[in-house]
Amino acid sequence: MNEERWLLPAGIEEVLPPQARVIESLRRELLDLYASWGYEMVIPPFIDYLDSLLTGTGQDLDLQTFKLTDQLSGKLLGVRADMTPQVARMDAHHLRRETATRLCYLGTVLHTMPDGFGGSRSPLQIGAEIYGHSGIESDTEILRLTLLTLQTAGIGECYLDLGHVGIYRGLARQARLDAAQEHALFGALQRKALPEIEALIDGFGITGAPADMLRALAELNGADALKQADTLLRGADAQVREALDYLHALADELGRWLPEHSFHYDLAELRGYRYKTGVVFAAFVPDWGLEIARGGRYDDIGQVFGRARPAVGFSTDLKGLLRHCSGLEERYHSSTAVYAPWSADPSLREAVEQLRTAGRRVINALPGLDQDPGQLGCQQALVERDGRWELENID
Amino acid sequence: MNLNAPLTIALSKGRIFDQTLPLLAHAGIEPLDDPETSRKLILETTNPKVNFVIIRASDVPTYVQYGAADLGVAGKDVLLEHGGEGLYEPLDLGIARCRLMVAGLPHRVEPTSRRLRIATKYVRSAERYFASKGQQVEIIKLYGSMELAPLVGLSDLIVDLVESGNTLKANGLVPLEHIADISSRLVVNKASWKMKHEAVSALLDCLREAVGQA
Repeated sequence: MNEERWLLPAGIEEVLPPQARVIESLRRELLDLYASWGYEMVIPPFIDYLDSLLTGTGQDLDLQTFKLTDQLSGKLLGVRADMTPQVARMDAHHLRRETATRLCYLGTVLHTMPDGFGGSRSPLQIGAEIYGHSGIESDTEILRLTLLTLQTAGIGECYLDLGHVGIYRGLARQARLDAAQEHALFGALQRKALPEIEALIDGFGITGAPADMLRALAELNGADALKQADTLLRGADAQVREALDYLHALADELGRWLPEHSFHYDLAELRGYRYKTGVVFAAFVPDWGLEIARGGRYDDIGQVFGRARPAVGFSTDLKGLLRHCSGLEERYHSSTAVYAPWSADPSLREAVEQLRTAGRRVINALPGLDQDPGQLGCQQALVERDGRWELENID
Repeated sequence: MNLNAPLTIALSKGRIFDQTLPLLAHAGIEPLDDPETSRKLILETTNPKVNFVIIRASDVPTYVQYGAADLGVAGKDVLLEHGGEGLYEPLDLGIARCRLMVAGLPHRVEPTSRRLRIATKYVRSAERYFASKGQQVEIIKLYGSMELAPLVGLSDLIVDLVESGNTLKANGLVPLEHIADISSRLVVNKASWKMKHEAVSALLDCLREAVGQA
């Protein structure tokens, strides 16, 4: 047992140099980017009352949340598995602004189960949200920021998949499904399990246009999904038509802002169906079977904290992104260092301070260690010549 | 079939492999090696864009979920155990058909002072089935030869796949309750479905046609 003290829990990782510097540099660059778009940073607590964590967007997170008992209040606490509900609370309860609020956040979240294969249980979640605006414009801004985030992280090619939860919700209502039926069909839809969908619809005794439209939904994906939907969902009621029109308008707007990017639509993809209210999206990269960023609209998220406001946002895992990045180590490489002898000589101290102020790394020699300056990454050394400290190249 | 993206298909040896081959042959995909004689785990096919990976049946959902394979063929029994999350299962291939059943000795006495003990490889399915009947049972997870468990007093009943019923009969057991009809499904990785959409849907259409003719 003692020999294995170095062992870390499954899915919990330490980040070593130079990876840690890459993550930190990328973190700074992204937060600066969000700041330049007017997003204010917030820092939600790492641990919170379970009740607050599992409301709204958090309902699906019960199993994913580590729990413990608060010795002070006797209440259950949770370690955040997602920061979105906490940020929503800040907007709804504390900020209470009348105007649109743009917030961004970054921090470690904990999951009881790893997300993916070799997956982490402690992702570094980074995200941004707009509160107080409802419409394709804020959706577009969040999608632009999502893509810019991935681009900044050095991810070249990515695939963006969009859907709208209002379509299934509307079709389910039109077919008069009860909550249990809606849930069962939702499960089959998420797996595109066509034989099961068929069996469920038959079992519910739905016939005619509502049945045909629910059947069609599973296959409404791919390049021409929106166009097909216009035909196949012709007979849908106003709520569905509205959602479809919304997606069309969003597609047009995205075409204006991001003409070089192609977007794809999958109307049966309903990530976070229980709390999302509008557009949902996820980003994928080639040769990786899981989504790397996700987001959408959840207009009622603030309600449990006292104030329902329109909300749209995205989030991703900074550590996870690094798997798909290229060129970051070069971009964030540290400058070569200068080796300085150990001495309290004021003129040496001054020379060192000047170099550090100029952005150079200066490493002091520690006496007693037989150290090779080259191993410390030093290519130059401070050498005293005629009472002055000068830089000299190390061979 | 002309594909615009390379595809990896996960298959398991034996019945599923044998019965999937004619369907894939309809799409012009045939393995260049026989997995029964070859030790290779990655098999090339007559379509240079398509490879097979040969893995254990219960590993197929994992390979496909995480994108190590774009598509796969998995029994519904395996999918029920796996949960099917993170996977698409758009097509029932109608092959490797059997039934998931409760079986036991014909003249057994129900225990009165303790919970019913069920030996099975299909823990989730068994748990769900008995829970849906309102029955609290003890599940004993085994990896094979379930039929033995009631004979040696390890369990009262078993939950297992039944094809002809011959193995049950040979061990003096009888099928008692029907849980689910099982057949093999085509499963697809979510990202592959999206990013290789044309290739995946071309193959899906071909297979659907082959299933329709079978």
